Amino acid sequence: MIEVEFQRGFPGLSLDVAFQAPAGITALFGPSGCGKTTTVNAVAGLLRPDRGRIVLNGRVLFDGRTDLPPQARRIGYVFQDARLFPHLSVARNLRFAARWRRGADADFDRITAMLDLGPLLHRRPATLSGGERQRVAIGRALLSAPELLVMDEPLAALDEARKTEILPWLERLRDEVRLPMLYVSHSVPEVLRLANSVVLMQQGRVRHAGPLTEVLADPALAPLMGAREAGALIAGTVVAREADGLSRVMTAAGPIWLALDRPPGTRLRLRILAHEVILSRAAPQGLSALNALPATVIDIRDGMVQLALGDERMLAQITPRSVQMLDLKAGAACHAIVKSVSVLPS
Amino acid sequence: MSDWLGPQEWQAVLLSLQVALVATAASLPLAVAVAWLLARRRFPGHDLLSALVHLPLVMPPVVTGYLLLITFGTQGPVGGLLKQMGIVLAFRWTGAALATAIMSFPLMVRAIRLGFENVDPRLEQAAATLGAPRAMIFLSVTLPLMLPAILAGITLGFAKAMGEFGATITFVSNIPGQTQTLPSAIYALLSTPSGEGPAMRLVLISAAISIGAVLASEALARRMAR
Repeated sequence: MIEVEFQRGFPGLSLDVAFQAPAGITALFGPSGCGKTTTVNAVAGLLRPDRGRIVLNGRVLFDGRTDLPPQARRIGYVFQDARLFPHLSVARNLRFAARWRRGADADFDRITAMLDLGPLLHRRPATLSGGERQRVAIGRALLSAPELLVMDEPLAALDEARKTEILPWLERLRDEVRLPMLYVSHSVPEVLRLANSVVLMQQGRVRHAGPLTEVLADPALAPLMGAREAGALIAGTVVAREADGLSRVMTAAGPIWLALDRPPGTRLRLRILAHEVILSRAAPQGLSALNALPATVIDIRDGMVQLALGDERMLAQITPRSVQMLDLKAGAACHAIVKSVSVLPS
Repeated sequence: MSDWLGPQEWQAVLLSLQVALVATAASLPLAVAVAWLLARRRFPGHDLLSALVHLPLVMPPVVTGYLLLITFGTQGPVGGLLKQMGIVLAFRWTGAALATAIMSFPLMVRAIRLGFENVDPRLEQAAATLGAPRAMIFLSVTLPLMLPAILAGITLGFAKAMGEFGATITFVSNIPGQTQTLPSAIYALLSTPSGEGPAMRLVLISAAISIGAVLASEALARRMAR
């Protein structure tokens, strides 16, 4: 658990940040220049805040009187540009921390195996591809026996093919290494795939911090995620495969039928984009869409309607004219017709 | 060999090598420290220190030699103190080493400073997050990455020390066997009627040493870059 609260002034941007990150991956999300990297630099001790308090697992890293140097913070840092030492082989890069930190390097075999670094050990950083470099950087940070892993847009410098190459490693990392992580990103797909909680930043401030599903279902935050990306993420379980090949997926919002081939019991996360949801006051009839779920309007803001479906929250993007035509307001009952759903692994 | 070059000339060559090696070796640690200060630190007097280091490069060497003479001569403020401790620099080979060290110092500092400026401080940050103590960051990241620059500084400094003439001859004169370095010997031979032959041979030796130093340093740099 990391608790962060600090202020730091710069010409043109003043940072005033406060959030707590639970176990798992916390994404620091926001547009370029909003202070994400500066924030993780302050956490790692590479930048001194004007004032504030940073606590990692009950250990004070910074509070005005205490200011631990990066060496003493035990925070592994995966930089956007990898920053491997060019004069050392991959193996010596990986073992770098073991020279002065007790407990580092203990998992050398396990981590090199997990990241498939064996074939690279004798190479020099200059001969590695971008994706390989990033994998070595992740391994090097893990082998420094950290209590927290910070990753600053580790995929930003890679092309799409390399990104798809690295993402599964990051997922393995999340699932196999029980290490809290701060993950800086401005890519919604990455956040969806990796994070379980989100710190939304805007112009040096934290707009909202909370579980990923909560942030995605908040109409006030939708513009920050980008209108095309706005929409809910809900959990579901495959319960049955029906005769026509469709699978019935049970969610807290009701049953949803999807064309997919997964055995019953498979847990899924369903991504329902706001612009893929149509609202109807009457129970819909004569529609090709399979999934129409009863819903109640909670809030309407900037063309985003927030809906309650059982315990789940969902967003629908509609025009002001539709709002008027359907006479939608908070508390109104309606039906949410879901045109398409994308499935993410749970 | 001995009729190709007289014993006095040989002495000048050996003395020059001795002076240049001692001057380079002794000033290297200080040059690294000053280069680090100039490249990595901002402090009051930064520009003044930079100007002071560069002074021997821009002043006439004779002036530097004269200033050394009035400071380090046996009557000078520093030289007087040293004499009480039994150390005399003026008109000794050690004085020649001091003069050449001061004259080659700015060249060494400039080359090494460039090396510091070329080492990415973000790599040093990465080393800090991996737990490396400051001194170890310097020894295991900064220094290895700037070795080519240090090598360039050593080569430049050594070459300059081999060729230094003005400050040396002003401070320690031109005493054969004691303070007569290779350039001073060439100068002396050129003002004797039959000296042109031996002078030309010394010129060849001087060129061979300089070229050899540059070649050796390039070969070393290539080996390190492997």
